[in-house]
Formats: sequence, structure tokens, C-alpha cells
Amino acid sequence: MTLNSSIFGRRRLFNDLNEEMRLHIEERTEQLMREGMSRQEAERQARVAFGNPTLIEERSRAVWQWPTLESIWADVRLALRGLRKSPGFTITAVLTLTLAIGANAVVFGVLNALILRPLNVPQAESLFVVQHGSGIASHSYPDYLDLRKRNRSFDDVAVFAISQSGLDTGKDPSNAWEYETTGNYFDVLRIQPYLGRFFHASDEHGPNSAPYVVLSYAYWHTHFQDDRTVVGRVVRLNKHPFTILGVAPPGFQGTILFFASDIFVPIVNHEQLSGDKLILNARGSRWMFEMVGRLKPVVTPAQAAADLNSVDAYLKQSYPKEESNDSYTLARPGLHGDYLNGPTQAFLTGLMLLSGLILLAACANLGSLFAARAADRSREVALRLALGSTRSRILRQLFTESVLLSLAGGVVGLAASILLLRRLSVWQPFPRYPLHVPVSPDANVYLVALVLALVSGVLFGIVPVRQILRVNPYQIVKAGSTGAFGRRLTVRDGLLVVQIAICAVLVTSSMVAVRGLMRSMRSNFGFEPQNAMLVDTDLTTAGYSGEKVPAMQRRMIDALQAIPGVDSVGSVNYPPLEPPGSWQGTVYTDTTEDLSPSNTAADPYWYNVTPDYFRASGTSLLAGRAFTWHDDTNAPRVAVVNREFASKILGSVPEAVGRYFKLRDGTRVRVVGLVEDGKYVNLTEGQRPAMFFPLLQSPSSWTWLVVRSSRDPQQLAAAVRRVLQDIDPAMVLAIRPWSTELGGTLFPSRMATISLGVLGMMGAMLSITGIFGMAAYSVSKRFKELGIRVALGAQRKEVLQAAVGRSFKLLAIGSGVGLVLGLLATRVLAFIVYQATPRDPLVLAGVVLAMAALGLLATWIPAQRALSVNPLVLLREE
Amino acid sequence: MANMPMTETATRDLFPGALEMMILESLRRQPAHGYALVQHIQQRSNNLLQVEEGSLYPALQRLLKAKLVKAEWGVSTTNRRVRTYQITTAGLRHLEQQISSFERMFEGIALVLKPGESSAT
Repeated sequence: MTLNSSIFGRRRLFNDLNEEMRLHIEERTEQLMREGMSRQEAERQARVAFGNPTLIEERSRAVWQWPTLESIWADVRLALRGLRKSPGFTITAVLTLTLAIGANAVVFGVLNALILRPLNVPQAESLFVVQHGSGIASHSYPDYLDLRKRNRSFDDVAVFAISQSGLDTGKDPSNAWEYETTGNYFDVLRIQPYLGRFFHASDEHGPNSAPYVVLSYAYWHTHFQDDRTVVGRVVRLNKHPFTILGVAPPGFQGTILFFASDIFVPIVNHEQLSGDKLILNARGSRWMFEMVGRLKPVVTPAQAAADLNSVDAYLKQSYPKEESNDSYTLARPGLHGDYLNGPTQAFLTGLMLLSGLILLAACANLGSLFAARAADRSREVALRLALGSTRSRILRQLFTESVLLSLAGGVVGLAASILLLRRLSVWQPFPRYPLHVPVSPDANVYLVALVLALVSGVLFGIVPVRQILRVNPYQIVKAGSTGAFGRRLTVRDGLLVVQIAICAVLVTSSMVAVRGLMRSMRSNFGFEPQNAMLVDTDLTTAGYSGEKVPAMQRRMIDALQAIPGVDSVGSVNYPPLEPPGSWQGTVYTDTTEDLSPSNTAADPYWYNVTPDYFRASGTSLLAGRAFTWHDDTNAPRVAVVNREFASKILGSVPEAVGRYFKLRDGTRVRVVGLVEDGKYVNLTEGQRPAMFFPLLQSPSSWTWLVVRSSRDPQQLAAAVRRVLQDIDPAMVLAIRPWSTELGGTLFPSRMATISLGVLGMMGAMLSITGIFGMAAYSVSKRFKELGIRVALGAQRKEVLQAAVGRSFKLLAIGSGVGLVLGLLATRVLAFIVYQATPRDPLVLAGVVLAMAALGLLATWIPAQRALSVNPLVLLREE
Repeated sequence: MANMPMTETATRDLFPGALEMMILESLRRQPAHGYALVQHIQQRSNNLLQVEEGSLYPALQRLLKAKLVKAEWGVSTTNRRVRTYQITTAGLRHLEQQISSFERMFEGIALVLKPGESSAT
């Protein structure tokens, strides 16, 4: 039977049935009349004997229908009609759900992309990051070679460092970010090139033997315009010729998720890229960024770690001076092992919890709206029950309505979140780094949003169930809808309190975060970012090496110093608070004889600076002297240290100047100056020791010039560029105000604050709609009562109290509970947001004020309505 | 609560399929329209089975759908417009199966309910 004939055939069937039933009752009536009844009585008796015709017709029809499907469709149509009739309710509900489900989808999208989704390489589950200690870069190349040779747990292990090179294709040299990898890197990952070929372990034959470069797909696309003939072309990296071997597949930008590398270069050519002859063979220099290994199928991560540590024990024995006490652990790849995985996971899980709370609050909100709606419709429900509808049918109808709403909200919320996630994916928070957040949504996100929508639909649909089940049709049809709204605490009240408490938690945490961020912006960094310009100059990229480097650096400083309006110019090997980290070095107290790792006094941050650095950076010198240009290789080794260094390693702050400490190689260093403490790697760190050495005594070719001047940053930058390019036009320069540069350091706490702020706003909005709904409903329910009160002479205050007093009381209870919970929750926040302390009177006052303001705002319209009651009009109407 | 509508269970006090079986049996004797079927069933059962008259129609629709009966509009002997139902061959076969399985079931129930007799004999 085709659908068409079934539909038309069915109409005839139903007409037949109708007619048949009518005739049946007619025949019975006539029969009864023949037996002597009056027509009226006979008709009544016939109907009683026949039963409920509507129900019978419905059941007869049901025989021919795809029963559930069609009745669901009927429910859907009825629900749509009902929702269209109350657009205010519908819009509020869909909007609330859109926000709540959208927020969840976005947070889950990020969580999914960064934590849950495996790395985009074949068999990602067997790929692990080998960690050594907990620092950011933790491997030396000789260590790696030993680990690779001696372990029995991995199919193969690769290691890489991240650096930057000047890439010259013949015109306009520009800086490219590179992974310097071991030859087997691509083979360990088991990926195939998009174009050309990759380099392999077999291409490595000692230092500078593999001048090859592989381009990332994105870099090939933007810098070579998808030119397929690039394979085999020679480009210059830091002035050395390298041959382009191939292009990596699209979507692969290295094993660090948010760091998109431009090119891949063999590590054996490190000397050409950096100008450093020694570091590749220095066992004590742990500068390789990350080690990734492909675990053998039968080996567990724990076994592998034990294996690595036994190799490490051998290395410690063989090289006691170079090896540290750190042990090896395995972690999942993508976020640089536990270094970023831990905090990111903690933060995102926290965020997920908070957005889950938002959804719960939204459900509580909608649940009470729904309950109110069901109470308003108790007459309708009673009527339907009286006409023979079953309770389950009515409940199904209600659930249809709630699920329809939640699906609508879910779809809109998901659409919004997809847009947002796409925007996030292409967003580059720092212009200087190829950092991005690869969070494009996938099927998982859609699924989660859908499930959340359905669950929340059922959740808030469930609220009025008890109410419906208790309905006594006889009572309600007789007496009108019940006046049960009164003194008793109802489910609705409970829901409102819960919802307000949740919202108060969100408002509290967002305020704590915002306050923390404000404080961290104003805290003492140990330098003054205002009125300072940073110039990133890598002389290696420009082809300088050896003796030419310090001379050139001196020349640049002198030239910049001559710019009018410039107060002072210094340079530093790597500025403090510049992501991703800072140099560190091991030191010993002067009395230590045995310089083995276990006797280390500390691992202070290490800076190489020129004489005027302290003045240019705004670091105050507390005692002693700064460096001079005479502190060079011919002079005794000297250092300037911070207070923390002085008290921790030298044992005295006031007498620090003149004391000595030892470096790892045994060199005695005399302390000549003392500077204030500061922040060096991130804002949440505790006080850490730091030491400064004269650049001339420990030269480095990559330095950052610090130019202090109160001139307009734009003009100053232009002047700096002009002056430096006069000296060497081939130099690649990045010039930025220091305060802008700090954006990277503040990024995590900024992101945390923004996301918490958004969630807090959503919480606030939800509490407004919740309180508004409650107050408006209560006023409209008690309109008559209020009218009588006014007629009997009630004052404005009394009317207000009767109308919205209850809402306010619930608001107060909810806020109180939420505030306490929020303060407890913000202890967690303190890990991410610098100086996020819940014991802040401003935050407490802010939350109380905010919740009170929200309450006023939400009850304003209902209160106005209550006050405008005109008893005459009202009583006449009824 | 005299005005409370009959609930669904009140009309389904027969076991499922019983009404259909009785309808088929009635139709096996002679074709009939709905009203006549009700009369017939009530008389034959000595008014022991109080079937709500309307409940016949969903059952008839089920039988129609399963093609166990067929229906045709016509005029009755009393000159009324009626829709007369007739059992089909498939209906006859179905009825036989139903009756035999019903008899077996009834026998079983009766055995269990009969007092004093042990099943071991």
C-alpha cells in the first residue's frame, strides 16, 4: 500500500466508522423507544450503553495508524500550537537554553579538542611524551642518544627543539618558527608527506650533514602559494643553504597542539641554525623541548618509565656531574606532557563544571516556569482527564513540549557555539608566536549538545509531573484552578533558591577572577613595562657569529642611545615574563666542595645583561653597583642578584654585596650588586632567586634590546627601526612596547577571567529571568487579593511586601548559600588566577550588591504592576 | 462519582482477543452488522457478559485490518442502512486456531482451579 492510497483509504475508513457508530446509537435509541421510553431518555440510555464515543473512535483509528509515531506527531503539533500561543514563555525558554547549551558546547568543544581528542597522527594511543623533571625543556641531545640506544620499551624515540630562523627565498627574508627534530621524527609519528618526502634517520651523517627542510602545509600555502615545484628548491636559513624536501600533510603542525610550526629541520644541522658548536654535544645542557616515543605494543607506560629510569641510573653513574636528580615519566602528547596538560585540564574541567551548573540553573529556571504554566493549565488538564484522556498521555504531551523547547534551544546554542569555536580556531592571541587554539568542533561536540538538550528537556519537564498526577478533575472543574499558591513552601520555591544559589556561585567566582586580574596587572613585576620598548634581535639570523656579535650589540646600543628622547638602552638575553619561560642555571654556595647535583643550592633564573639594563628596564638597584663595559672576559666574574637569591644562597641580604657563589663548572662569582625581587616566568609564582651576569662575560647572540623613553611608542618604534636598519639592512626586527609583550604572560589569567566573566554574566541573566518569572507569576496569581488589600486600605509598602516580598526572601536565601559555596569554590581559582583570594571585602560587597541589584531589576516590573492595581476595575472584571 | 467516565480497564475485563474470538464465532454463523453482533453476544451469554457496546468497534477495526473479516454497506431486513461484516477464509482458519488454543488454556485453568484433585493422578 502506498502512502497516498493509505491516507485516502484511511479517510474513507474513518468516515465509515463514524457513520457506523452513529447508526448504532440510533438503532439502540429506536429499540429503547419501542420498549416504551421517551426519546430523551432513550437517547441518554443509548449513549450510556455505547460508552465514550470519542475514546472509542480514537482507539479504532489507532488500529490503522503507526500508533506511536503518529500520536507523537500529533503531540508535536499540539505543543507547537501551545507554544505559539505563549510567545513570551517560548522565547524566554529557548533563549535560556540557547545560552546554557551554547556555553556547554563551547567549553566541551575546547575540552574535546585539547584534552579528549587524540593527536592527529596514526595510532596516537601508543605515542607518549617522555618527561624529565617538571621543567619546560628537559633533555640534552647526548642524553637522548643514550636513552634511544639503551631503552627496550620503545619502537623508537624522537626529540625536537623549537627555534626561529631567518628564512630567505631570495627576496624579503622573514622569520620562520621551526622544529629542529631528529631524523626519525616523522617516522616515529608514522605520518606521510603531502608532497615530496620527509627526512629520515638515514639522512643524518654527523654535524651539518642534512641541510634539508620540510614545510608545514599552512606555511607552504601562505608563503609558497601552493606551488608544487618547491620540492628540490634551495632556500637560505640563517644564511645557510637548505633544500626543500617536501610538505607535511594538512592539519599536521607538529606535536604541540597549539603551537603551529612553520618548518621542520634536522637537529644535526643545529650549528648552522644557531651558530653554537658545542650545545649539541653538551650533556648538561637540557634545551631540547620535547621527547616523543612510540611505545612497543606489549609495554605499559609504567614499565617504560621504569626502563628509562634504569637507563638514567646508568647515566647518573657515568656522568655524575652532568646528570640531575630528576626522574623520567611518561605523559600524553599534545600539550607538552603534564607541563600544560595538568593546568589546562584542571581549568577546563572546572569550567565544564561551572557551565554544567549554568545548565542546571537554566533547568531549574525553566522547571519553575513550566510548573507555573502547568498550574495555570490545571483547568485544561482537568478537562482533558474528564474527557477520557489518560494521565500518561497528558504527561507525554508536557514532555513533548519541554523536549521541543530544549531541542530548539540546543540547535540554536550549538549553531552559536560552532561559530564561536571556528572563530577561536583561527584566532592568534600573540602576533609574535604561531600560537593558536585548534578547537574546531566535531561530531562529539554535536552529540554532547544534543544529549544535553534532551536531558535538560526531560529535567525541566519532570518538574510538573507530580502536580499533574495529583490533579482531581472533579474538584478543579467545579472550583476553578486551585488557590494553593500561598504560604507553603513549594517545589518552585526550592528550585528558585537552588537556581539563585548556583547563579551566585558563578557571580562570585567571576568577581574573584576579575579582581585577581586587576591586582595582577598592578603588582610589582620587578621591572617597569610602561615606557619601555622591546626589540627582539637575533644576530645569528643576520649571519653574525663569534667576536662580531658583542661588537655589533654594543654598536646597536650606542646608536639607539643617540635617538633623541631615549633615556637609556640595555639588552638582555631573554626578558623576564616572556613566554614560554626563562633560562636557569645551577649554583652552589661558596663553601661547597663537591659540585654534584645533590649539593645544588638552587636553580636561579639566569639573565645576561648589558650595563644599562637595570636602568632601562626600571629594575631598582638596592645596593652595590650595576655592570660596566669593563666587566668583560678579562675581568673577574661578577654578578648582580635579587633579594631572594641573597637571602637563600648568600645567607644575608644587607651583606650580600661582596660575597661569592659557585657555578656548575666551579667558577667563583663575586656578587657586586643587589636588585629588587620580581616576577620571572609567571605571575602566580612565589618569590624566586634570580641572577644577572654581564653580557660580555657570557655572550649570547639572541638578545632583546630594552629602550626606555617617554616618547610616543609609534614614533619611537619607527625611529628604532630606522636606526637599526641603517646599521644592517638584513636584520630581522620585532619591535613592540613591553606592556604589549606582557599580554602573553597574562594570557592564561585573561582567558580565565573572560570565560568566568561570561559565565558570571550568564548566571546573572538567569537569576534575573528566574526571579522575574517567579515575581511576575506571583503578582498575577494574587492580583485579586492585592486588589482587595488596596481596597481595604493597604499602604504601598504592604502591597509591595505581599507582592514581591517572597521573591526577595528566596533571593536572599539563595544568594547567601551561593556566596558561601562560591567562596569555597574560588579556592580552586587561586591556582590559575593570580591573587584570586576569596577573602576580599570588595568581592563580598560586590556579590551582595550585585545580587541585590539583580533582585531589584527583576522584581521592578512585577512590583510596578502590583502597585498599579486598581481595585475597582479588578473587582468589576471578576 | 456517578459521572466518572468508564476507565479503559472496565471495558477490557475480558482477556485480550476474547472479544475478537466471539465476534468471529458470531460471524461464522451468519454475517451481521455491529448492532446485531452486540445483541447476539449479549443474548448468547445470557447477559453474563456486559460488553460496553462501543468497544466492539475497535475490535472490528482490528479484524478488518488483519483481513479476518470484510465489511460492506447494505440494507437490513428491517430496512435500515447497515454495514454488514462477513468472515473471510483467513478469519475461519484464525478462529479455529484460537478456539483450540483457548480450549487448551481453559482446560488447564480448570484443572488448577478444581478442588481436591491432585495433579499427580
